[in-house]
Amino acid sequence: MSYRKEQFESVTLQNTEQQEMLASNTGFFKDAFTRFATNKGALIGLIFITIILGLALIGPSITPHIYNEVITTNINLPPRIPFLENFGIFNGFWEGIDVYAKKGFDDLYYWFGADGLGRDLWSRVWMGTRISFLVAFVAVMIDVAIGITYGLVSGYFGGKVDLVMQRLVEVISGIPNLVVVILLVLVLKPGLVSIIFALMITGWISMSRVVRSQVLKLKEMEYILAARTLGASSFVIILKEILPNIMGQIIVMTMFSIPNAIFYESFLAFVGLGLQPPLASLGVLISTGYQSMLIYPHMVIYPVIVLSILMLSFNLMADGLRDAFDPKMKGF
Amino acid sequence: MEKNALLEVKNLTLSFKLSAGINHVIRDISFTLAQGETLAIVGESGSGKSVTTKAIMGLIDDNGAVEEGSILFKLNETEEVDLLKVDKDYLQKNIRGSRIAIIFQDPMTSLDPTMTVGKQIMESMLEHHKVTSKSEAFKKAKELLDLVGIDHPDKRIKQYPHQLSGGMRQRVVIAIALACEPDLLIADEPTTALDVTIQSQILELIKDIQKKTGVSIIFITHDLGVVANVADRVAVMYAGKIVEEGLASEIYYNPQHPYTWGLLSSIPSLSDKGSEILSIPGTPPNLINPPVGDAFAYRSAYAMKIDFEEQPPMFKVSSTHSAATWLLHPLAPKVEMPAILKERIQLYQSKRGQQHD
Amino acid sequence: MTERKIILEVKKLDQFFKIDRKTTTRAVDGISFHIYEGETFSVVGESGSGKSTLGRSLIRIYDANAGEVTFMGQNISAKLSKETKAFLRKNMQMIFQDPMASLNPRKKVIDSIAFGLDVNKLVQSPQERKEKVLNVLKSVGLLEDHLNRYPHQFSGGQRQRIGIARALILEPKFIIADEIISALDVSIQAQVINLMKKLQKKLGLTYMFIAHDLSMVRYISDRVAVMHVGHIVEMGTVEDIYDHPLHPYTRSLLSAIPHPDPDSERARKRVVYSKTGINYNAGTLRQLSDTHSLLATDEEFALWQSGDYRSSLI
Repeated sequence: MSYRKEQFESVTLQNTEQQEMLASNTGFFKDAFTRFATNKGALIGLIFITIILGLALIGPSITPHIYNEVITTNINLPPRIPFLENFGIFNGFWEGIDVYAKKGFDDLYYWFGADGLGRDLWSRVWMGTRISFLVAFVAVMIDVAIGITYGLVSGYFGGKVDLVMQRLVEVISGIPNLVVVILLVLVLKPGLVSIIFALMITGWISMSRVVRSQVLKLKEMEYILAARTLGASSFVIILKEILPNIMGQIIVMTMFSIPNAIFYESFLAFVGLGLQPPLASLGVLISTGYQSMLIYPHMVIYPVIVLSILMLSFNLMADGLRDAFDPKMKGF
Repeated sequence: MEKNALLEVKNLTLSFKLSAGINHVIRDISFTLAQGETLAIVGESGSGKSVTTKAIMGLIDDNGAVEEGSILFKLNETEEVDLLKVDKDYLQKNIRGSRIAIIFQDPMTSLDPTMTVGKQIMESMLEHHKVTSKSEAFKKAKELLDLVGIDHPDKRIKQYPHQLSGGMRQRVVIAIALACEPDLLIADEPTTALDVTIQSQILELIKDIQKKTGVSIIFITHDLGVVANVADRVAVMYAGKIVEEGLASEIYYNPQHPYTWGLLSSIPSLSDKGSEILSIPGTPPNLINPPVGDAFAYRSAYAMKIDFEEQPPMFKVSSTHSAATWLLHPLAPKVEMPAILKERIQLYQSKRGQQHD
Repeated sequence: MTERKIILEVKKLDQFFKIDRKTTTRAVDGISFHIYEGETFSVVGESGSGKSTLGRSLIRIYDANAGEVTFMGQNISAKLSKETKAFLRKNMQMIFQDPMASLNPRKKVIDSIAFGLDVNKLVQSPQERKEKVLNVLKSVGLLEDHLNRYPHQFSGGQRQRIGIARALILEPKFIIADEIISALDVSIQAQVINLMKKLQKKLGLTYMFIAHDLSMVRYISDRVAVMHVGHIVEMGTVEDIYDHPLHPYTRSLLSAIPHPDPDSERARKRVVYSKTGINYNAGTLRQLSDTHSLLATDEEFALWQSGDYRSSLI
């Protein structure tokens, strides 16, 4: 191949500092969001959570019934949904009998049926979801707040401080959870506040342990040492340098704690330590519905389904979040 | 395959699929390794040197794909095999560990912390059926520990990696690599993580072993001092291509590629006092969109128009020395290597003259 | 003849770490030296020598067990008052080794560099802050474009420049560079070293380089101290150390360095160092000349002086 002399003329380069950017200009959270969005399981979980929480908000208002109104004439009515009843399901039949027709209720619809006191189960299930979620959420938030602070202080300051704080944690975690909860609930009488209190009393420990181990890992990083040599106080370092770098882990742990709390509250309700009527969480509904499970299955099935989907969705989403936050070194 | 060659890499092109695009890490490289020789592959981050060795061993990640090329390995006098065309099973049974062995940079993570040193050496031998019994393997393991210069082999053979120093661990890694008497030893930055005195010992050991066993070595490093110490031949890699190749003396005393000049000028030498070091401006290119012409042109003070139009072929400087730069084309202007480098080479050669006196 | 001003004086510095009840590591063991204003003083040694610990003790990341350190006339070794802390922080800064770990991955570059200003409340407005950052950014060769990006978008060499910028923003007089080029590619090392030299000239800085690459140390240093297991075994100008090394450890170190010269590499013989019989604690630091000092007992000194110590350097 022949070449021309002009091709071999030298070129003066204007910008020798070819400042090549190695990776995309997105922050950590934006990247995590992209990773999360490609995880099918996580997305399904997120969608279901949104649907359930949405229904929890508007569900009770859709039907004309009031969730805690006792109507003795309507006790134990099976589920009946307009339009769907034409397909042979949700048609108000129980053991072969059209109960609504028998009682002369042509225009009455109970979408999830009615419970032993004639209360609308549809409204009760969604009210119950509201309460279950609220209880779990508040308890977890308090746990997170206490756990993070405890773990940060214990991990960052180390030495004697850490020694004392960890021994304390070991003592507390040695006490059986259930015993503490039972005592609390018996003493304080079952109610919203006491249940939340009981849930959070030991939940903060695992969060503090995770936070502490993350802090120990980060403490020796050179950017922390640099912050010290530049004069930052321990408070500033913990808040501005360490905390943002463990946020991912914290969010994941929080997401996992919520379904655990929901389930724990349901469990308490089941053993009789739950909220008292007329307040009803999913656990309470299951607990009462369980008693007539063989005769009127509709009373237990719907709260069970909602609880299961809620928990599964949270776990799927938390799984997805954990994978999304997994810090992979970029650029190299 | 060439008569005396043990390994022949021909037109190897390899890329990785990333979310940002396709990363062309190796772009058409060819080189040969003769039996019994040490070839050093020199390059910096992003040059593709480590990926090349992984390609030879078949250790490329799932998102990597060989687009073109072959890696021919001589099995015996009459047979050769293309390592890129055989399946993983074949590689595992017949090549890895037994014919080609690799030692990595970090002795801390190369050894299994839960197995004794002896067991790790024996594992390879037993796996590849190089010995007939465990006791034979044990005996050979002790011999190997002795070969790599570890004191009290009978004691050390029962110890765990954490009981050994960094230098000793690297010796154990070398012993494991040699356990099945491989034809080819790939050393990927084996001394980078070690102190300078330990590094010196390990390099001496590697050369000693080559003398004793005749093993061929591919040595990957970015340290030009180490290369001068161990290499018979040198290949300089930049942005996925081999830019210069030749005997060690040719590369160090008569370098032709501006990148080689840049590398040699950027290291201070103990022998020339007080001279400057030159730094190469800029950074290596992004290989997701590799440059059209000579990838180094953007950072070269000797760039010409053609560097941005077409990739340079390998120009022959001697029968053993070639460089891929348009500066060697007859139409190119005559340029000199940086003054600093020229002076330094003259200093070395005059000292050599003195030594021969 | 003008008396050179001493910016840092260290007397019998001890830094010990308790591993468990029985064992204590004496990372820095009775070290004494001084650094002149405006010079580059390097501390070299292998892993375990204590050189990094020395740097961190000086800048008070660790608290020394014993010894006296005087910096710019002030005592910085005892318990520090608030004013002394502020004084130390402003005038002495450190650059770290690992470009991956030395920057907070969640912080934008502008925030990392301006950190010293923010923490010490030295700027009144965001404009002033940005201006100061841009100033120091320019002097390390980075662009304004880079301010709003995150560390993972930069190469190792660029990250080190950000680390340098962060150290410079408080306008210190003395910088400790702890293995700042060890983790970088060869050609990038040259970039960073040349940058450091340029900055030293421009800003009148004094450097203490902690390193293990003896070739690079020779290129950049005025004076060198060789450390081994917590002691300075030999100290002097680069000529003293590289051309007339007397301590066998120094000589073994120098003989182990590979040179980019294949012919000489074939002929090079390594000097092996054996510490048996040498007790650093028994030796005293003795002056061989105005600049050159050596740690030795009387017997060791006599032995090493008499032998043929023409080093195997070319």
